[in-house]
Amino acid sequence: MAMPKREPTKLVPVPSTSIIPERDVDKAPILECRHLGIDFGGLTAVNDFDMAIGRTEIAGLIGPNGAGKTTVFNLLTKVYQPTRGNILLDGVSTQNMSTAQVNKAGIARTFQNIRLFDNLSVEDNVKLGLHNHIHYGMFQGLFRLPGYWKEERRAHERALELLSIFDMEDMAGAKAGSLPYGAQRRLEIVRALATEPKLLLLDEPAAGMNPSETAELMENIVKIRDTFQIAILLIEHDMSLVMGICEGICVLNFGQIIAKGSPEDIANNPVVIEAYLGKKKEDTGC
Amino acid sequence: MKLKLSKTTRINFLTYAVVIVAFVVFQSLSSAGALSSTLKGQLVPICAYVVMALSLNLTVGVLGELSLGHAGFVSVGAFAGAVASAALTTVIPIPALRLAVSMVIGAIFAAIAGVLIGIPVLRLRGDYLAIVTLAFGEIIKSLITNFYIGIDGEGLHFSFLSNKLSLGEGGRMILNGPMGIPGITRISTFAAGFILTMIALIVIFNLVNSRSGRAIMALRDNRIAAESVGINVTKYKMMAFVTSAALAGAAGCLFSLGQNTILPSKFDFNTSILILVFVVLGGQGRMLGSIIAAAALTILPEVLREFADYRMLVYAIVLILVMLITNNPTISGFFARLFRRQKGDET
Repeated sequence: MAMPKREPTKLVPVPSTSIIPERDVDKAPILECRHLGIDFGGLTAVNDFDMAIGRTEIAGLIGPNGAGKTTVFNLLTKVYQPTRGNILLDGVSTQNMSTAQVNKAGIARTFQNIRLFDNLSVEDNVKLGLHNHIHYGMFQGLFRLPGYWKEERRAHERALELLSIFDMEDMAGAKAGSLPYGAQRRLEIVRALATEPKLLLLDEPAAGMNPSETAELMENIVKIRDTFQIAILLIEHDMSLVMGICEGICVLNFGQIIAKGSPEDIANNPVVIEAYLGKKKEDTGC
Repeated sequence: MKLKLSKTTRINFLTYAVVIVAFVVFQSLSSAGALSSTLKGQLVPICAYVVMALSLNLTVGVLGELSLGHAGFVSVGAFAGAVASAALTTVIPIPALRLAVSMVIGAIFAAIAGVLIGIPVLRLRGDYLAIVTLAFGEIIKSLITNFYIGIDGEGLHFSFLSNKLSLGEGGRMILNGPMGIPGITRISTFAAGFILTMIALIVIFNLVNSRSGRAIMALRDNRIAAESVGINVTKYKMMAFVTSAALAGAAGCLFSLGQNTILPSKFDFNTSILILVFVVLGGQGRMLGSIIAAAALTILPEVLREFADYRMLVYAIVLILVMLITNNPTISGFFARLFRRQKGDET
């Protein structure tokens, strides 16, 4: 399998015990979570979640099934309001913000189970991502005033430009729900990018993809980071992808962070290996 | 040069064309005296029902929320418009202008009702929202049943629950509680109905094919994803709901000013369901379907008069058959093939 060749990124500790790439170290991190936690009833789903992500870092969030990874995404995007702790996006607390406000502030995401606007065209899906960057009101739309035509033309051009990242311009007119699975996943990423985020959250972007598609996706994720100069946090079970492109990795188990570090550190960390594979035979006494 | 239009644009233009052709045909038939007097009398109500169906289709088909209280907004528009028309008789003597002003007033009052009801209702979803709109529809009906409005030299006088109005010299009652508004000057015309239908179509199509309309349809398709791309759920739900209410109000005004008398009990739950039937039969989100369904089902009971006592039975059977046929994949597939072949012949 072709993997993009990368120089290992040097990681440096920052105050909240996280690590971020050296090139981002003189800048404030884009995202900082401090003692983030949420309880559902009596169950603590995520606890004491501390993490910082550099401005142009590709970070990975991994862990066994049910570890709370998607819950962390839902906390960051305020689908759930955290019970404890706070989230600083670019130094600004997102406390009391709604999901839509968090998006405006700069966090965009994709979903594990694809959530597109199925009955709308591919282009309209991207234009919905551009929603807050198209500037005309309801009445300009109703009366088809010049502002409408100008902004719609701009949105159309921008949408095609964004679709070209994944060579999807020719699908612009198709219904989103009728696209093949892989294209739907890519469209979700394009839609999220259209909102002009500072931080992009990808929830299992390679799920259901074959190895060659995964390799292509890896190249594209790096390309997106380099073109847009944004930070990317991804949840993924495909270790080749995580180890191949993530610069910092955070391992979650039972809602707790059990390890943080560079891919090399994580791959050799005994606690992580234990979480994934279980204890050695003699320890469990079997 | 071949003009390239998207599929939606073509359907929108087809809809405009169908409405214009229908108007020209019926108008010329009517002036030639070729229409029966019952059908002639039905022209204005047909237009009113078409606009009601179009406006409900905005809530049900485009926003994707089931509303069972649409007759409530129609009612608010009908009574506000009829009262305005009665009060403005001397101020605006030209009937067409008075009708237009009354419709605007009806639409504004219905929009206000839409905002007030939308605030609590739009927090709910699905079945719960449907039931609560039903309740609000009934509340509006009871409110109007208990409302008394009179006019004299000093202006309008209001009274609630019982008629406590003491009107001055030359004063008269306009709205008489459960007795409704008697003696309406009928100023609604078929031409006015046609114009209102066109306005409703323009508003709906232009709204749907704009930034706001996309946001409304995004909420319908996937609310969580819509929020995640920064769309304000409440704002766009409210926009669709209030626009729908305002159009329903204008339609109500058109309807009431085409009748001699209107009673508050006219706009009850049954009317809400009737409008919903038009929308479901015509296809959710399909405006042309709503127009055809509303027109056909308004004429149908008149056409079925010869069945006398069995009229409503035949009506119900026709409804069931049409629903079965339009939802049958074999039959719709047959029509799809037929149209595709025709298209192939053209090129």
